[in-house]
Amino acid sequence: MKGMSLIVKVIAELIKGFIILFGVYIILNGHLSPGGGFAGGVIIAASYILVTLAFGRERAMKELSERGSHLLDDIGVLSFWFIAVLGWIIAGQAFFSNFIQRFAPGSPFQILTSGIILACNIAIGIKVGSSLFAVFVALAHFEPAGEGED
Amino acid sequence: MVEFILLLLLLFMIIGALFVIEMDNLLSTAVVMGTIGFGLSVAFLFLGAPDLAIVQIVVEIISLVILIRATINRDIKEKAEESTSLVSRIPIFVIVALLFIFTYNAFQHLPPFGSPLFIGRLDAPANIYLQNGLNKTGASNIVAAIILDFRAYDTLGEATVLFTSIVGALSILRLVTRKRKEEKDK
Repeated sequence: MKGMSLIVKVIAELIKGFIILFGVYIILNGHLSPGGGFAGGVIIAASYILVTLAFGRERAMKELSERGSHLLDDIGVLSFWFIAVLGWIIAGQAFFSNFIQRFAPGSPFQILTSGIILACNIAIGIKVGSSLFAVFVALAHFEPAGEGED
Repeated sequence: MVEFILLLLLLFMIIGALFVIEMDNLLSTAVVMGTIGFGLSVAFLFLGAPDLAIVQIVVEIISLVILIRATINRDIKEKAEESTSLVSRIPIFVIVALLFIFTYNAFQHLPPFGSPLFIGRLDAPANIYLQNGLNKTGASNIVAAIILDFRAYDTLGEATVLFTSIVGALSILRLVTRKRKEEKDK
């Protein structure tokens, strides 16, 4: 039997969705309440790390493969750059200018407000979550031969 | 009251740090290092910085898991040779005494605990951010408004540093495994 015992597996199966939900909540409410892209991304990575520890590496690779996590990492960084450049070229203002807020301001304390801050939070969340998961998989998998191989 | 709790937390963290230095077992060192991080997170919460507290506690959990996973199968009990002669410790005492004197002098010039430094200057950046943050960015969380709008360039550099370090770590780890696999094949 791969991974940990049956109790850990059942609890991990129940709880992993809620951890991802909480991470998404922290990311999407980063401009309204404490939290933000970095904290939410780390929480999402923690959910996948829980799956890796409870079920073994193959199961976690089924949900988010190593190649997929690298791809998401690149997408996160590139979209962050893209948002920054968009304010410069398309809006014709400075690098990282908050062009969405300036042209279409939302009412405060709503979820769809504050322009690029929400978009940047989402980009950072994707980037941090996938890259931390990739590092954990690398450290857990690339261990000296004979020990810890799931 | 807050200062008293902070002093207790600082004492707790210092005791934890002393335990980290004195422990023999790597696994228990990793676990005790977690207590320092959690103490720091609670300290951030009492200082009124919930953003930092969330980031600290989450990163602490992840790093604790990674450290335990890395050290659980190893039992390295190597300790550096300690020289016990008094003469070799004189430089340490001199440095600690100098540090104490200079930091004591520096702390004399700091404003009292908890009072904002730039409250007197109306054109200081901190005051402008606090007064116009909601109008200019639309974000009710002033920390998010500062790190992703006023100071977004810093955050971009931070994200780039994280990306570069992770790419470097992954490529180095992959080289090591490839070498091990080649040795195994032979």
